[in-house]
Amino acid sequence: MQIDVQTVSIEQKNKAFSHLIKRFGDKKIPSRYQEASYDLQAVENLHYRPTWAPEQELYDPNLSKIRMNDWYDLKDPRQFYYSTYTLNRAKQQETMESNFKTVETLGLIEGMPDPVLAIVQDVLIPLRHVNYAANLNNTLVCGYGYGTVFTQPCVYHAMDNLGIAQYLSRLGLMIGDVEALEAAKQDWMDSDAWQPLRRSLEDLLCVRDPVEVFIKQNFVLDGLLYPLVFQRIVDQNLVEQGGSGISILTQFMTNWYLESVRWMDSVVKTMAAESAENKAVLEEWIDTAANHFTSVLLPVAGLAVAGNAADDLVSDVHDELMKRAKKAGLFK
Amino acid sequence: MDIKKTPKKLNVKEKYRLMTRDLAWEPSYRDEKEIYPYVDYEGIKVHDWSKWEDPFRLTMDAYWKYQAEKERKYYAIIDAHAQNNGHLNVTDARYLTAIKLFLQGISPGEYSAHRGFARVGREFAGVGPQVACQMQSIDEIRHAQTQVHAMSNYNKFYNGFKDFATQRDRIWYTSVPRSFFDDAMSAGPFEFLIAIGFSFEYVLTNLLFVPFMSGAAYNGDMATCTFGFSAQSDEARHMTLGLECIKFMLEQDPDNIPIVQKWIDKWFWRGCRLLTLVAAMMDYMLPKRVMSWREAWNIYGVENGNALFRDLARYGIRPPMHWDDVEKSIDHTSHQIMLGLYQWKFGTAFHSWTPTDSDIEWLKEKYPTTFEKYYLPRWEYAIAQKEAGGEYNNFGLPKLCQTCQLPCLFTEPDDPTQLAHRETEYEGEKYHFCSDGCQHVFEQEPEKYIQAWLPMPALMQAPLKGDLAAWMEWVSLEPTAAGEYANSEDKANFEKWRKQVSTD
Repeated sequence: MQIDVQTVSIEQKNKAFSHLIKRFGDKKIPSRYQEASYDLQAVENLHYRPTWAPEQELYDPNLSKIRMNDWYDLKDPRQFYYSTYTLNRAKQQETMESNFKTVETLGLIEGMPDPVLAIVQDVLIPLRHVNYAANLNNTLVCGYGYGTVFTQPCVYHAMDNLGIAQYLSRLGLMIGDVEALEAAKQDWMDSDAWQPLRRSLEDLLCVRDPVEVFIKQNFVLDGLLYPLVFQRIVDQNLVEQGGSGISILTQFMTNWYLESVRWMDSVVKTMAAESAENKAVLEEWIDTAANHFTSVLLPVAGLAVAGNAADDLVSDVHDELMKRAKKAGLFK
Repeated sequence: MDIKKTPKKLNVKEKYRLMTRDLAWEPSYRDEKEIYPYVDYEGIKVHDWSKWEDPFRLTMDAYWKYQAEKERKYYAIIDAHAQNNGHLNVTDARYLTAIKLFLQGISPGEYSAHRGFARVGREFAGVGPQVACQMQSIDEIRHAQTQVHAMSNYNKFYNGFKDFATQRDRIWYTSVPRSFFDDAMSAGPFEFLIAIGFSFEYVLTNLLFVPFMSGAAYNGDMATCTFGFSAQSDEARHMTLGLECIKFMLEQDPDNIPIVQKWIDKWFWRGCRLLTLVAAMMDYMLPKRVMSWREAWNIYGVENGNALFRDLARYGIRPPMHWDDVEKSIDHTSHQIMLGLYQWKFGTAFHSWTPTDSDIEWLKEKYPTTFEKYYLPRWEYAIAQKEAGGEYNNFGLPKLCQTCQLPCLFTEPDDPTQLAHRETEYEGEKYHFCSDGCQHVFEQEPEKYIQAWLPMPALMQAPLKGDLAAWMEWVSLEPTAAGEYANSEDKANFEKWRKQVSTD
């Protein structure tokens, strides 16, 4: 039966789901982000312990050295749930699609100076393997982290990293066909400049503390790598040398990084504010990893700029990262 | 190297290989075993991960584009549904019981699948299955969220929705689906894929989704049938993944066959027990019926199942153990479950009712050999009690099956007048089962199933100590959400609002 019900005004019984009223009161209607994120993970009366690690619980906050009284404090300031996430990315991919088309139509790659293309080949294309590691690392955090507001954006982040690896692959195919990807992989596997980074990522892939992985991959490594490669090498050096077309094709990465920083900084800040113990753990992780990854990235920077300039670049981005850490309440 | 070349035209397969497979590398600084520590312990042998055939070749840009399209449509429809009081379009408020059960029992399962697929999307040592599982992980959180959003509007007007998060972890009947998904997640990565990817998605999903979504469409629930249809293309991908993963395991090593067979036996039975709740929904909870459980089983269980297992026979896989027991139970389970839910209705966050005259006629027609003979007399007894001003309740607590966690209310496969009951002693403790199938599952892994959290014993232990009122508070069950439909606030409100509509 089809009936005309638009005109009826009826009184609501419940303002919201109880778990949301408990968290946020009943003054405001909960947002779709709140409905989609809070308390979705089972918390008690878990039936069986994992057969792969019987000392763990099926969802286990103790997998990390970081302790939170309530893991749902770690909300995502972007308020991404599946729908807002995909709508955002769909818009960005549309832009990227037209960017690729523009670069192709205008023949920007053909007209690009060889030294620019050499830097793209040597520095940018091997990064697709770094994104693959980041994809796995974020998938781990999503799988084993605690509380949906913390774990949910990690699966989005994992897929974003896959997407970036695919954009870099397209860029590689554009500048040098399959051979460009093969050469970049060869570099990744064998060339001296990339070995320290590859070794560090293989080490990180062995870490099972989900927050440690999150911090070292997303806050520290990405926090050095994106400013170094996309903000400086591409958007400054390459643009100055006639490589604006490359900057158009890495627009997704640049914007994505700026967007991710908001989320990272907010998570780190909330964790640090929770307790002195958390703060100490975070400082230890960040300090060690920041120094380590800075030295690891130095030879990579050296592929794009010579000698002292590379030193300056990496120490610059190191300072920038430590400033973010300070702003988040660490190292004070 | 010449870096200014006209790119070759790559075919889809080759392009997809470069966009995913080629991203991975063979680690040389660390051992693969350190990076993928859980990939061996189940005994599955994989010699060549690259033999994995990508079931769908979707790069992220295409994924974002297609999925965003679907999301836009979906939210446009449920927004309109909410604005227009679409809930008053459902046949009648009995229908709501079906979607309350869905929100309490199935949506949390979607969430578990999301987390489980993230784990296996990390643990597999090949980039092909990693990416396929990650995509399913992100799809599954989509399903959990779209379901919660669709139900959010119903929650504003009816009882039984608002405490689904607490009830997921505490109320007795949700431990049936919860223990199913916990069981899969606590297994190794390969078993998880057989459990969720193959048995659930491939063999059983049609029996869950088709009845639910057509039930929603038949009964005027636009919100639910929209998420069903919106999820359908995701499900198609998931089914392909399920089938690919089983073929991959079977083709990698003949030693894998008996392991996979054991899992198929287990998860087929676990899945069928879980689906008895869907059987009750189809035969009893839809005011307008789509088809009977028996009819659904004949199409989606028997026909599809036969074709599938004929196909798998060439690998040396036989149809699941206990298939015959399931077949024998089909004409019985929905009645047995619904009678159970009805007699324990004081403890459910949804309403139940006795079948009406026309319901009875339909049930007689659909179940000519069983309904009138075995179940109608029990319903008549309940109806008579109601007519005499009483209510048919069973305040005795049911004995739950240690494996499936349903009450032990099923009958012997070959004798519908005998309740089935099995017992196994393990390390000096007695465990109870509803069937040979569940006993068999337990006996394969007793050290796992003795850990099961059984909600009924929990009620008898501290701090509740059998206090029913305290239990209701602990599970957030308000009396208005429970009990007989005829006396419910939901019924009264729905009828009042509908009347308001027709007099306006």
